[in-house]
Amino acid sequence: MTYPKKVLHKLLFDMMLIRRVQLAIESRYMDNEMKTPVHLCIGQEAVAAGVCAHLKKNDYISSNHRGHGHYLAKGGNLKALIAELYGRETGCSKGRGGSMHLVDTGAGHYGSSSIVGGGIPIGTGIGMAIKMQRQKRVSTVFFGDGAADEGVLYESINFAVLKKLPVIFILENNQYSVCSHISARQTGNSIFHALPAKMLPSKIVDGNDALAVYDASGKAVERARTGKGPSFIECRTYRIRGHAGCASQDVSGYRTAEEISQWGKRCPITSFQKMLLKKKMITENEIHKTEKKINSRIQDAFDYARQAAPPAPETLSANLFRE
Amino acid sequence: MLTSENKIMIHEPDFFRECGACKRVIGYPEAIREALQLAMQNDRRVFIMGQGVDDPYGMFGATKDLHREFGRERVFDTPLSEGALTGISVGAALAGMRPVYFHNRPDFLLLAMDQLVNHAAKWSYMFGGAVHVPMVVWACIGRGWGSAAQHSQALQGLFMHIPGLKLLMPSTCHDAKGLMLAAIDDENPVLIIDHRLNFNTTGLVPSGPYTVPIGRGIVRRPGRDVTVVAVSHLVTDAFHAAQDVSSQGIEAEIIDPRTLRPLDEELILASVAKTGRLIIADCGWKTGGVTAEIGALVAEKGFAYLKAPIMRLASPDLPTPAAGNLEEAFYVGRNDIRKAMIEIVR
Ligand SMILES: Cc1ncc(C[n+]2csc(CCOP(=O)(O)OP(=O)(O)O)c2C)c(N)n1
Ligand SMILES: [Mg+2]
Repeated sequence: MTYPKKVLHKLLFDMMLIRRVQLAIESRYMDNEMKTPVHLCIGQEAVAAGVCAHLKKNDYISSNHRGHGHYLAKGGNLKALIAELYGRETGCSKGRGGSMHLVDTGAGHYGSSSIVGGGIPIGTGIGMAIKMQRQKRVSTVFFGDGAADEGVLYESINFAVLKKLPVIFILENNQYSVCSHISARQTGNSIFHALPAKMLPSKIVDGNDALAVYDASGKAVERARTGKGPSFIECRTYRIRGHAGCASQDVSGYRTAEEISQWGKRCPITSFQKMLLKKKMITENEIHKTEKKINSRIQDAFDYARQAAPPAPETLSANLFRE
Repeated sequence: MLTSENKIMIHEPDFFRECGACKRVIGYPEAIREALQLAMQNDRRVFIMGQGVDDPYGMFGATKDLHREFGRERVFDTPLSEGALTGISVGAALAGMRPVYFHNRPDFLLLAMDQLVNHAAKWSYMFGGAVHVPMVVWACIGRGWGSAAQHSQALQGLFMHIPGLKLLMPSTCHDAKGLMLAAIDDENPVLIIDHRLNFNTTGLVPSGPYTVPIGRGIVRRPGRDVTVVAVSHLVTDAFHAAQDVSSQGIEAEIIDPRTLRPLDEELILASVAKTGRLIIADCGWKTGGVTAEIGALVAEKGFAYLKAPIMRLASPDLPTPAAGNLEEAFYVGRNDIRKAMIEIVR
């Protein structure tokens, strides 16, 4: 399969942006200025980038507590993200949400839930609204293996299949829920892989391979957009950092250093860059330039966020209700 | 008046209703149905879902046959999945629709708590107003015929506790329609908790569209001696009790808050300022419930008006029993309110 250069560059750009933003957050996290529990997605960038590459601006995504990558890949505003982490009025959620509760309606992001599994039915309902309004949009739901422990996933998929909703279920299986390995919680492959393909096409892909994610989700998005119904994709990946916070806060004892380093060697970005260089789809110089561009955007975002004003205390009760 | 179920309907008392010169009498379920019909005629975004909304019972008549007029895409049966379907309503509302989700019992809302409390109630605030969730959830408290512990819970106290949810409890046919229309118009998640006993009544209902303002209670009967704040079907019981004691020279003022959240605090406080006595009657539990909240409100902001301790009439802190005689012992009603009125003025 051949891919347009534009697509390949976009995938690389998004993955690099997500990674660099995570690293930048991490490097400043111990300053204690971002007073919010961050859940970094280092190592999982290919999932968000690969899926969102097919989505238009007005397509919807539904995200979770580990949502920086989804937000950025979907085109969420970087400055508003960083300002949110700093608890600023100019944050995407006006400093009311924090790291786990991001929103950017202009990018089709209507708010992420930190209740594990909470975003699954919401994304499904967005799919129902799309169908009722006879639109050509799609709704993509990102959730983890821990969320796949929750009964609401069954209820939502049952409904999406029943009503043939334009929903793409992306199970981001990084094998852990906090420190609990998936083998302590589930007995094997997700039950949804067992449904007949005409009800729910499903696929397990290497979630560290941006093109594998891209290919599978391309079919799923096409299926949803043409009114044929939902799909289910499991992306097998790995969380390089601890569950929450930055590297220096990670606990050990629930997984081996060996396991982490094995997955570290399968970095989705390094391998993708190598492949592009080998196929002469990009040059070292172009990568370098991209990196510089990303770093300067990140620097700007942090500068902006740090000097932005926090919400005024008089606005404490604002927005409980829409008038 | 007889309904399609051939049930005997009782005309609601002649209390104050805000419906002007209207003489039109219809049944309680028809009043709700009329609201839904008007809302769907006027707004393409409105749809109705829930278990059995399109079946021959039609949610005690409230949604009966609406699917014939609006089609099954706008009036549809759902899988039981109360948790997911609530989230699906949230998602549909976020993406521009106006869901009205029916449950025939509040007991089943407990399976939907995550989406109601963690999601619907949080979405506007948690995202700084960038998004909002205009949805209506409706459930009807069961009572009688051995409904028992899992089919009769009056959970308004639980929901009144949650910032971000509006909570309505109508008591008249007029308000059942007007509050439903107000709830559908509202840009936020609104929970309507109705009561099965209300469904046995007929009352005055104007035929056109109108809304009853959310957050505004009403004095159903003026009186100088004691204020009775009563909820849902207990408004009728309180009204009758007030008529009963009137011959003994006790004039009770009956307040129907209509919406528990937001609560019309001013109306309650102004009434207590006049009467100096307060009885609160609710069909839910006592501890941490509606009577506790309204009692605390008056103790906090109206203590100086009080000539007697506040009296609370509510269900005992027990699951509802099944046997008829125990049921009778469990519920508060007209007699309890009458006794309380006599006792409090003594
Ligand atoms: C309903 C619920 N239960 C438990 C938690 C605590 N919790 C927060 S994140 C998390 C891990 C979820 O794992 P997964 O869905 O695989 O996502 P990951 O963190 O791996 O990205 C848990 C258990 C929660 N937030 N919500
Ligand atoms: Mg996980």
